[in-house]
Amino acid sequence: MKKFALAAAALSMLGLSVMPALSAEGTLKLAYVDPLSGGGASIGQLGLNQLRFIAERINAKGGVDGQKLEIVPFDNQVNPQTSLVQVQKAIDQGIRIIVQGNGSSVAVAIEDFLRKYNRRNPDHNVVQLNYAAIDPVLTNEKCSYWHFAWDAAVNIKLEALTNYLKAQKDVKKVYLIDQDYSFGHSVAETTVKMLKEKRPDVEIVGNEFHPLVKVTDFSPYVAKIKASGADTVVTGNWGQDLALLIKAAGDAGLKVKWYTFYAGGAGGPTAVKQASLSGQVFQITEGINNIDYAPAKDVIKAYIKAYPKEPVYFPRIFNMTGMLFKAIKEAKSSDPAKFAPKLEGMKYKTFSSGEEGFMRADDHQFFQPLYISTLQPVDTKAEFDEENTGWGWKEVAQVPVKDTITETTCKMKRPK
Amino acid sequence: MLLFLMASGLTVIFSMMGVLNFAHAGFYMLGAFFGFEISRRIGFWPGLIIAPILVGLIGMAVERYGLRHVHRHGHVAELLFTFGLTYVIQQVVEMVWGKLPVDYEVPPSLNFTAFTVFATEYPAFKLFELLISVTIFLVLLVVIKRTRIGLVVQAALSHPGMVSMLGHNVDRVFMLVFGVGVALAAVAGVIAGPALVTQSNMAGLLGPILFVVVVVGGLGSLGGAFVASLLIGLLQTFAVASNASLAGLFGGYTFAGTLATYLSDIWNVTVAQVAPILPYLLLVLILIFRPRGLMGTRET
Repeated sequence: MKKFALAAAALSMLGLSVMPALSAEGTLKLAYVDPLSGGGASIGQLGLNQLRFIAERINAKGGVDGQKLEIVPFDNQVNPQTSLVQVQKAIDQGIRIIVQGNGSSVAVAIEDFLRKYNRRNPDHNVVQLNYAAIDPVLTNEKCSYWHFAWDAAVNIKLEALTNYLKAQKDVKKVYLIDQDYSFGHSVAETTVKMLKEKRPDVEIVGNEFHPLVKVTDFSPYVAKIKASGADTVVTGNWGQDLALLIKAAGDAGLKVKWYTFYAGGAGGPTAVKQASLSGQVFQITEGINNIDYAPAKDVIKAYIKAYPKEPVYFPRIFNMTGMLFKAIKEAKSSDPAKFAPKLEGMKYKTFSSGEEGFMRADDHQFFQPLYISTLQPVDTKAEFDEENTGWGWKEVAQVPVKDTITETTCKMKRPK
Repeated sequence: MLLFLMASGLTVIFSMMGVLNFAHAGFYMLGAFFGFEISRRIGFWPGLIIAPILVGLIGMAVERYGLRHVHRHGHVAELLFTFGLTYVIQQVVEMVWGKLPVDYEVPPSLNFTAFTVFATEYPAFKLFELLISVTIFLVLLVVIKRTRIGLVVQAALSHPGMVSMLGHNVDRVFMLVFGVGVALAAVAGVIAGPALVTQSNMAGLLGPILFVVVVVGGLGSLGGAFVASLLIGLLQTFAVASNASLAGLFGGYTFAGTLATYLSDIWNVTVAQVAPILPYLLLVLILIFRPRGLMGTRET
């Protein structure tokens, strides 16, 4: 009798867990495969919050093409192997859109995996929407029809940045410091190459690599930068490697200009403020909150109301989801095989400023205006600050779309 | 020097109780977050006192209601218990303070440049860290080697039965020792918070290097931990400053070409590039050539 009761209970539990899967026919599911625990958790959480915020707003308006949007998080711990397991899990649940950003190594692994998967399952294709991994191999040597990139790749960002530095006559001695892995090396190599072409008079006084997320005290590195006489530092560092580096610079009284990719990332603005480096730290991104563009401002305000502690860090997630929904509506289908062609070549007014960007069909790279901005105290009544520091990003220069275009070596294999 | 502060607590707990506390870095993180929370409300200095006391009390509660029961089942159970505790602490911190770093600042009274060496400014806060560490080292040394309390504590480990016969409450001694050890970690946390980044993964980042310090210094040796933390700090700093590589060392010789092909992976790697890994190399060397550590007494 007892056994029977147990079996009945187990069966009813099973039934319960099967039920939602069945009733979820009318929902559009996005798998979010990014770190939600461990060292990368803070950045992964930001992306998830933003996606959830978008889903709530879209659902309140009636969803995408009549379907409710649902975000399903999968924790990959920035580990390529774990990511593949999680992607497989998402596919097993019937999800056909994978959203992923952090870690180029992860993005490359997923890209390879999906290329094979889609070849074996021509009637059940899965697409990868990449919002943050920017190793250029993703859209060059390893490019895939099933992969779309919304953040500007390393070479694009550096193309834009060096075009800007070309006109900065006070830049004379440049020091490079990067994390010792593929991304850091590609930043360093590309910077050296592009500076040589565009500013042959600039001297590279240092090219340093340090282990990834292992250094707790950056003061010896800062002393080295100081000794080199550099006036400008270009770094691809992110997360705590950047925060600690900037703090050490503040402590040692190092007065240089910092050109970064990720000073806006979790903990970055806090560190810059603590080091009191007002107007000395720059970042290059696809948008900032303090651009005078009313539609974006309204959304950012609503977002800050929903997540008061966390800033809008990924304007590109708005671009990505906006374009995805547009493609699905145009194709009248959420089948990647049907909506992917609509994404190719799509023109889209970007979230931050309303300027037009486009998805290049050759390599599935989104081109958009880029912004160079610097962190400094702002009037928090009129402008947005970051991480409740009272400091916010101010635009220094806008790099128009035409100055960001780089060539690609991608030879894309398209499904027949 | 922060390393020493952390390591001293771990060493005290290990040498006095024979418990290797894996959760030590977790308590250090708790110290940082408590310090942040208190300094935001009533200032840094009260935080420096109150936070370690609070964390110490939590530590004592953990010893009394958790570790003491686990202790009976031997070392493996203890290790697993403290190992699990790290995850619990991590989760609690993430739930309360979130996964994003918090804005924990150096107190204004210490936010100035102490002196300048080779055109590099040395912040007063670092000097303060150094002072605290040295003071705690001296106080601990005196208490353990020269006072009755130290005598009782040391005796309680080797002859618990005898000590309790003499009228001392061994259980309470253990509880207090654990509390003090954990509070030391919290002190380190409170003063590391503003210097490093206070966020929910800071425990995981400092954990491994901490064990390197303790093992290199010699398990259970306070002086050893002190020397080892200094040694590791110097090693890392000077390694960063060095640009020597195999290519630079042997590049001038005739066989350089052959070597370069065989060692192509590491040929151009500079010492600076591997600096933060060197302590682990040191750990391996120590374990091979002097398993009991620099100043350890225990045969392992």
